[in-house]
Amino acid sequence: MSKKDEILHDHDLIATVAQDATGGHDGIDRRGFLKCMAWAGTGALCVMQGGVLKSYALGTPGSRAAKASAGELSFVQISDSHMGFNKPANTDVAGTLKAAVDKINGLSTAPEFMLHTGDISHLSKPEEFDAVDQILKSASAKDVFFVPGEHDVLNDDGKQYLERYAKQSHGQGWYSFEKKGVHFIGLVNVMNLKAGGLGSLGAEQIAWIEKDVKSLKSSTPIVVFAHIPLWTVYPEWGWGTQDSAQALALLKKFGSVTVLNGHIHQIMQKVEGNVTFHTACSTAFPQPAPGKADSPGPMKVPADQLRGVLGITDVNSVHGSHSLAVTDSSLV
Amino acid sequence: MRGGVFVGGAVLMLAMAGGGFVRGTVARGENASPVLAQPAAAATSQAKTMEVKIDNFKFGPEALTVPVGTTVTWTNRDDIPHTVVSTEGVFKSKVLDTDEKFSFTFAKAGAYDYFCSIHPKMVGKVIVQ
Ligand SMILES: [Cu+2]
Repeated sequence: MSKKDEILHDHDLIATVAQDATGGHDGIDRRGFLKCMAWAGTGALCVMQGGVLKSYALGTPGSRAAKASAGELSFVQISDSHMGFNKPANTDVAGTLKAAVDKINGLSTAPEFMLHTGDISHLSKPEEFDAVDQILKSASAKDVFFVPGEHDVLNDDGKQYLERYAKQSHGQGWYSFEKKGVHFIGLVNVMNLKAGGLGSLGAEQIAWIEKDVKSLKSSTPIVVFAHIPLWTVYPEWGWGTQDSAQALALLKKFGSVTVLNGHIHQIMQKVEGNVTFHTACSTAFPQPAPGKADSPGPMKVPADQLRGVLGITDVNSVHGSHSLAVTDSSLV
Repeated sequence: MRGGVFVGGAVLMLAMAGGGFVRGTVARGENASPVLAQPAAAATSQAKTMEVKIDNFKFGPEALTVPVGTTVTWTNRDDIPHTVVSTEGVFKSKVLDTDEKFSFTFAKAGAYDYFCSIHPKMVGKVIVQ
């Protein structure tokens, strides 16, 4: 176990890693890099400024967020709302989703749109989707771009999901769009899963990605979002996508690729060449760190600590463009 | 302070260069070994039934051997929904929420592999003799 492997669990190691980062020269142009912050419970606000994307937690003091976002792009990622879940780990997932929306609405500069990285519902029930739609309606950002989680496509191969959230999409729900020069690609890796395997994109979707990015300039910042991590976090628990490497190989020419995922209900980050991976927390309940429990099921924390676990994260800007800091702070 | 990043007040800094692989400490889960279940003692003249419990994202027992004609009932005891789906398309449950059950009667001898289509790492087998 190297020091880097332990970063999520030992915050004393931060300084070490930051030093590694500033000392590293890999020849990749960092301008235009999207640095996206995540934090427990709510999501990430990503701000593009002068060609450099920066991120702030929703709890960042308004003045800083406002300054950073002037004239550029900002958006929020939320994930894993699991509407309909009512087990002890969180008996009020509507309440915690509302709290996340309140945080979004508390930003002095409203994000332009939201990404929801799946598991909108717990059991794919119409009333669960309805409840999420209703709560998100009160968010200042009106547009929400969804990708499905495995909980959204139960029983009907995603028919209902497609009807509600991805009418304009290709295949089983994948699509792309542009916002202020940033190219967003929403992928589906929760369908047609094979026994013993991980998440899966499939040949048809990978062929579509190739076509989708073909005419883009290599300087275009790319944001890829999907439910299951597009990197292997912990295969023993199915936390990875078996053909993600094929998809990412198609994005090699781009100087800046940011991959935003959910599914594992905790923050994980990894940088590999031109690609920054990160997973967001759930708005519903936490899951254990890899291998730290008998199963990846919902993690029960004492009731008076739940909002703390789902709390927001403040972001500390780090001087220089090679590192970023995320500070989790509770919703309480 | 120690604990996962989801703990309030934790600070995480991410290196932008150098390919640092950031994740929690990994402990391998044990692999459950197949268990051969004994057919019910009074099974000769009555309908035979066997149980498979789903606990902690595992089918238990993972491998079950039963006589022809046995009805196997799966019960989901997790807080998370699962399914029971034959790899060869022989049977397929609806999604099973907590405490919900699915039953299938095995009329023909053979080896039946199955998995959870939501969590495909969950696999099991019924051997019918
Ligand atoms: Cu399952």
